[in-house]
Amino acid sequence: MAETISMPKLGFDMAEGLLVRWVRQVGENINKGDVLAEIETDKATVEVESSASGVVLQHIVDQGTVVPVNAPIAIVGQAGEKVEARTADNGPKSAPAAPRSAPAPAPVSSSIASTEISAFVPGQSSIIKASPLAKKIARDNKVDLAHLQGTGPGGRIVRKDIEVALAGDRSTAAGIQSQPAAQRPVSSADQVIQTTKLRQAIGRRLVESKQSIPHFYVTHKFKMDALLDMRKQANAYLPDNEKVSVNDFILKGVALSLRQFPNLNANLKGGEVVQFGHVNVGVAVTVPGGLMTVVVKDTDQKTLRQISGEVKAMAARAREGRVKPEDVDGSTFSTSSLGMYDVEDFIAIINPPEAAILAIGSAREVPVVVGGEGHPSELGIGWRMKATISVDHRVSDGAEAAQFMQALAGFLENPVRMLV
Amino acid sequence: MAKITMREAISQALMEEMDRDPAVFILGEEVGVWGGTYAVTKGFYDKYGAARVKDTPIAENAIIGAAIGAAMVGQRPIAELMTINFAFSAMDYIVNQAPKLHYMFGGQFTLPLVIRAVGGGGRQLGATHSQTPDAIFAHFPGLKVVSPGTPEDAKGLLKSAIRSNDPILFIEHATMYQVRGEVPAGEYTIPIGKSKVQRPGRDVTVVTYCKGLELSMKAAEDLAKEGIEAEIVDLRTLRPLDMEPVLESFKKTTRAIVVEEGWKSYGVGSEIVSRIYEQAFDYVDAPIIRVAQKEVPLPYNRTLEQAALPQVADIIAAVKEVLK
Repeated sequence: MAETISMPKLGFDMAEGLLVRWVRQVGENINKGDVLAEIETDKATVEVESSASGVVLQHIVDQGTVVPVNAPIAIVGQAGEKVEARTADNGPKSAPAAPRSAPAPAPVSSSIASTEISAFVPGQSSIIKASPLAKKIARDNKVDLAHLQGTGPGGRIVRKDIEVALAGDRSTAAGIQSQPAAQRPVSSADQVIQTTKLRQAIGRRLVESKQSIPHFYVTHKFKMDALLDMRKQANAYLPDNEKVSVNDFILKGVALSLRQFPNLNANLKGGEVVQFGHVNVGVAVTVPGGLMTVVVKDTDQKTLRQISGEVKAMAARAREGRVKPEDVDGSTFSTSSLGMYDVEDFIAIINPPEAAILAIGSAREVPVVVGGEGHPSELGIGWRMKATISVDHRVSDGAEAAQFMQALAGFLENPVRMLV
Repeated sequence: MAKITMREAISQALMEEMDRDPAVFILGEEVGVWGGTYAVTKGFYDKYGAARVKDTPIAENAIIGAAIGAAMVGQRPIAELMTINFAFSAMDYIVNQAPKLHYMFGGQFTLPLVIRAVGGGGRQLGATHSQTPDAIFAHFPGLKVVSPGTPEDAKGLLKSAIRSNDPILFIEHATMYQVRGEVPAGEYTIPIGKSKVQRPGRDVTVVTYCKGLELSMKAAEDLAKEGIEAEIVDLRTLRPLDMEPVLESFKKTTRAIVVEEGWKSYGVGSEIVSRIYEQAFDYVDAPIIRVAQKEVPLPYNRTLEQAALPQVADIIAAVKEVLK
């Protein structure tokens, strides 16, 4: 029985994806789980795996086509099996309703007027200009073209540029933080840089969030001494590549606190608040050209070590532009940490359609007042960390957010509670 | 190896094959008593006589038609067209009969026919006598089109053409009969349908043939002084087209130009570029450029004629453009 493979939905607001490349051609054998195609969304280039085994019987859409979510893209079945020829435009009718902010699914053609969609059409200026050879080398070496500067005509990225990137800075090539070339002379000319699709998506979603969601903010200072001690003890038993981070503890604490405050683990839909049954905490990860949120599913049910391992793996994939659909889908509450940059405090914009986000600063040694309760107060030194929660005022109020922060303090300041 | 002219190389090939096989004979305008317009068959009439070196009326359709008939009954005619521009008068025979007879008659006939035709501009012969319409003939399946760029290739390929049982258009260039090159001593042939790297290089692939080879070799010398090493692939045969050396070279250099003397539109360069894009897309690092004749009837005025024909400087400029 032939099975239809559809454009997967990789995020709350994904409406369509660009089919970049067919990895398996018509007539080729394919096993369930094998990569069938590569698609590009506003978040990343991802691989679409076949949900069936057999032979690729038909490509319903061509490479370079923008396809609505859930629209059929290919048919996999048994060799020789007859399939009713399908075309790209008989799919969307049966596709489930798109999320609220998305344009109505439509077969893609040049007649689409929406500027949002036209940004995905090949040939538009948002496409990265690179020679076919440069693209191939980039693919083979997992180089992200988005932040390479082309030296060919019109800024085209050519082989030389990639070879320089590969030879000069492996970390740049791997898509991690890029450093400007040291020897580049200082130029006073204005630079015009095309925004990436990821940047455009971030902009679109956060403008929508900041303009339509009434944010309020509650900051709390957490005592981190006990947590840091426990982390030290725990890491003494863990190999280098599995050491848990402060952030892993915080994710666990956030997840357990959200169980007590389901109203902050929610989504406002029209006049209703949907309190999610799962607690899936998202973690903002810096990637070339922007940031992405990877999601630890059922964070509250997982051990610190599981959380740590998953975040490490997903963050690495995100930086390489190779996230899996499930890495970025389904978050119910997000966190953003600038702790590694020695930031005292900052506030984050809610990641729609969630109800709240936690912005986490650095744990730092500061002067603190100790004593009290019969002892004379005195000045001491302690580890403190500030975090600020941004909340949708349509869903919750300051008192609830403050209580959530207290609950979180209950876990972070008594970390043994997270282990039992 | 002896260094001889293109004219001598072609002449040697004809003579060796006529000596070898009595079925081989020549027909055309002024090929006999006069010795050929470009003196290729000088002395043949005296050596082989009027039966094997036939002067014909000025009627190209009669020349090719007679040659086709002779080939169908077992002779091995070599028909000479004084210029390839006159081939248009015999177009039906050349593209509509000769390439299809073996096919249309279910293999009952073979057509061991060679049409030698002189093409190319640069001799101030005017717009109607100076064309390089090679691509038109290479369009037709069933007709092999050969066009050498060196004396060695001219001799070896012409001998193979005469021994072939297929109709072959053998295009020589009007300005290249004095070109000298080394030719192996003694008997040799070169297979039809094999491209050849005439100059190795690492930086850019120059795909060309016939007159384009001469120009490209000169351009490569100048480019080498600037440290640019061009690899020159000589097609030698336009149909069947051998892309292997072209693709092999392109995969190494990842940049290419195509040089031909004919017009650019619908030309040999268009075919080569398409095939590179189809067969080596992932190796393309820059757009491939065609160097070709300006799209005008070729002027008589010498300055204008040279301006319209592709020149060494055009090739150098194109190479630098694709290396940007």
